[in-house]
Amino acid sequence: MKNRTTVERKSDRELVVTRTFDAPARIVFEAWTQPDLFKRWWGPKSMGMALLSCEMDVRVGGGYRLVFGPGLEFFGRYLEVTPHSRLVWTNDEGGDGGPVTTVTFEEKDGKTLLVMSELYPSKEALDAAGTGAAEGMVELFGQLDELLVTLGASAGRV
Amino acid sequence: MVQYTNAALDASFAALADVTRRGVLEQLGRAEASITELAEKFNMTLTGMKKHVGVLERAGLVITQKIGRVRTCKVGPQRLEEATAWLEKYRQLWAARFDELDQVIEDLKQSEKFAGRKPRE
Repeated sequence: MKNRTTVERKSDRELVVTRTFDAPARIVFEAWTQPDLFKRWWGPKSMGMALLSCEMDVRVGGGYRLVFGPGLEFFGRYLEVTPHSRLVWTNDEGGDGGPVTTVTFEEKDGKTLLVMSELYPSKEALDAAGTGAAEGMVELFGQLDELLVTLGASAGRV
Repeated sequence: MVQYTNAALDASFAALADVTRRGVLEQLGRAEASITELAEKFNMTLTGMKKHVGVLERAGLVITQKIGRVRTCKVGPQRLEEATAWLEKYRQLWAARFDELDQVIEDLKQSEKFAGRKPRE
């Protein structure tokens, strides 16, 4: 049975993901900090995604670069690296509006509670990353367009 | 696809038939705003903007809330559903990643056991 992944919008500008893993923190931490291991799950395959390359210099001030394909790259810098318990990094691919990601690993009875937070500089930045305000409007108008076409067609038949 | 009653459909079309109201909706898609702010932005009188917002509100495209003396407008329920849908997609991505991470972790545990050595510190 898989453990449950939960997501919560903690505040206007923060998203928090939690998940328990059936292993000690040092093992979970290893899978987050060794590029060859990280590459195996960050994809993920079940969503039809895969990392082409993964470079990680896991130390304070060190950089990382994750490449899914041409033009689809994610990169930033590590702000904090505390073995087996805490990682903090920036997400710089989108310019200034990117969030800061904090991952904590808390071990209890041989299991690890992982909490990942993405803190955006503003509510607007989170909204833009998520719902895509403009995109939402395009979709809304698109739906109405569809309705109009349907209605036009049925009116034509009368 | 959302099921519309004829009345709701009429209200939506009427609401969107006006260029100012479409502009207001786009503006609110970016950020909440008070009626006063919207009136200024669209160079209108307060009364005129109140009418437009009223039409959008009756169509369910906008919701308003009065806090103190200020009436704040934001995009209506349809938009809220989109927000929820996005959060669920985000959750699914992380659930998929973590289910694969389980496998990586299982392999690491196995190789440690196999090596029969004390775990690294």
